[in-house]
Amino acid sequence: MTQAPMTRAAEATPPTVARKIRGLSDRAIAWIFVGPTIFLLLAINIFPLIWTINLSFTNYRANRPNREVDYVGLRNYERILTDSDIWLNMQATAHFLFWTILLQVLIGFTLAYLINKKFKGNDLWTTIIVLPMMLSPAVVGNFWKFLYQPQIGLFNYIVAFFTGRDPSSFEMLGQVNLAPWSIVIVDTWMWTPFVMLICLAGLRSIPDYIYEAAEIDRASKWRQFWTITVPMVMPFLMLAVLFRGIENFKMFDLVVQLTGGGPGSTTELTSINLKREAFEKWRTGYASAYAIILFVTVFGLASIYVKALNKVKER
Amino acid sequence: MSSFSVTEPSARSKWFAGSLVILYALITMVPLAWIMLTGFKSPADAISYPPKVIFDPTLEGYVNLFTTRTRQTDEFLAANPPQTWYEEIVRQYDMVIAGPSKFGERFLNSVIIGFGSTFLSVFLGTLAAYAFSRFRIPLADDLLFFILSTRMMPPIAVAIPIFLMYRELGLSDTHLGMILLYTAVNISLAVWLLKSFIDGIPTEYEEAALIDGYTRFQAFYKVVLPQAATGIASTAIFCLIFAWNEYAFAVLLTSGTAQTAPPFIPTIIGVGGLDWPAVAAGATIFLLPVMIFTVALRKHLLRGITFGAVRK
Repeated sequence: MTQAPMTRAAEATPPTVARKIRGLSDRAIAWIFVGPTIFLLLAINIFPLIWTINLSFTNYRANRPNREVDYVGLRNYERILTDSDIWLNMQATAHFLFWTILLQVLIGFTLAYLINKKFKGNDLWTTIIVLPMMLSPAVVGNFWKFLYQPQIGLFNYIVAFFTGRDPSSFEMLGQVNLAPWSIVIVDTWMWTPFVMLICLAGLRSIPDYIYEAAEIDRASKWRQFWTITVPMVMPFLMLAVLFRGIENFKMFDLVVQLTGGGPGSTTELTSINLKREAFEKWRTGYASAYAIILFVTVFGLASIYVKALNKVKER
Repeated sequence: MSSFSVTEPSARSKWFAGSLVILYALITMVPLAWIMLTGFKSPADAISYPPKVIFDPTLEGYVNLFTTRTRQTDEFLAANPPQTWYEEIVRQYDMVIAGPSKFGERFLNSVIIGFGSTFLSVFLGTLAAYAFSRFRIPLADDLLFFILSTRMMPPIAVAIPIFLMYRELGLSDTHLGMILLYTAVNISLAVWLLKSFIDGIPTEYEEAALIDGYTRFQAFYKVVLPQAATGIASTAIFCLIFAWNEYAFAVLLTSGTAQTAPPFIPTIIGVGGLDWPAVAAGATIFLLPVMIFTVALRKHLLRGITFGAVRK
């Protein structure tokens, strides 16, 4: 046995010293392992962010790179915050956020509750229900546009079939009063499974003995639902809302393909508006200020929300 | 175990729950089924009213997706009889196939950029996740939060400086540029998700290996990596799906050479407007791999979509 003395020697040496002798120290390895990731994020996220902040104080236009660039101070920010059109975009975004989250929470929780009844084949049906959320939002938006066509679309046909209206009498994407709902419907179709999966995890995390104890105390099913099920799923539900909130605040691809922001600017969410300013009107400086405002808003709202979430978890 | 359990739902409530869930599943599948059906319709059937569920299936949509066609004179058509089944389909409209369309190229771009960025983000992510999981790194929590916070920026906001930066560096509309960008976006998911998987591997194995004379590095790739294989594989699929589906950066930063399929599919134009069967065919080919991956991933879906926050 040639290994025995070596093993003994290794055991006799304090582990940290031994590791230093054998190779790199743990600290060196830690930095070698984390370094590339941090470097990549600095180069492709943080450096651009700083650049954006810098641009936001200028009147730079990316389509005229040779023009003299002036620093304009806070003027871009002032103009954005006092622009009533941008407040309309914010309202469109708020409408979209509120209704998608509300519908997804209601439907998603109900589905999770039903699936948790553990009927036969629930795994298979769960997998089927989950499919839409994994698909490309741009492609999804594009084919829903086909379903929403007034004369030939399946959606209009089905609505007409059940309501008796003429299928060409309404245009989901073309009417000012319907277009905001058309994007809510598609987003809900796509992302309800996300909320459902997270709620399901919450429901499955509740140990059986709590219900058994409640049963011994003769608490009604209704009471059990409100005093056990809902509070114990709440942290999960709030996590789902956080994810959906951030994602939908950034919403771009699905809606751009569906409505392109129209009709007029009824579905022009902030991201779409930002894209217009930055890549169609080429007001790079102005758009940079806009981007910073949006980022600060998401970041701020998310931080407040996470604090609330932690409070719920502690309870 | 007693035969009676208060937490086991009654047969009737199971039946009721089951039928509601199945009903929802069927309704939710209608749009997907419809788009797949449309891929096999002729352009006339695709826009007929009332919508046709029963129709003569044709591969016209698929032929139109992969080819470009031109109209020809009767003499030319008579002199050159169709050689293949796909030429025959095109001949109904007095056309001939002029050449391949851009779809193949765009699809290939999606594959190259998808796999390239997935490989990079999983490689870097595994190293970083291991370090965060096993070593005491100063300000680890802040660093992890910083990594996650990069995901909160709206893609358009990131695209403005990236557009300028890539223009300076000559990375606009290149595969390398898109691979680096997608890697930077995916790395937050990779680090968080892999950390949650590696946290679940007991440290005893590595400690035993270290005592046996392995270096830290050997312990990492001979002991930890094999055990994290499932986690690494599912993280890779999540990264791949994200890169595959991404649209905002692709549409803003690529126009030709490196354009992926999502910005391309909606622009497929036929004679007299959008060629819906060809669009549907493109969507079907593009979405099918993701559906297959989703089924393969189903056990890890929840962990993946929550960045490892919910594990069960």
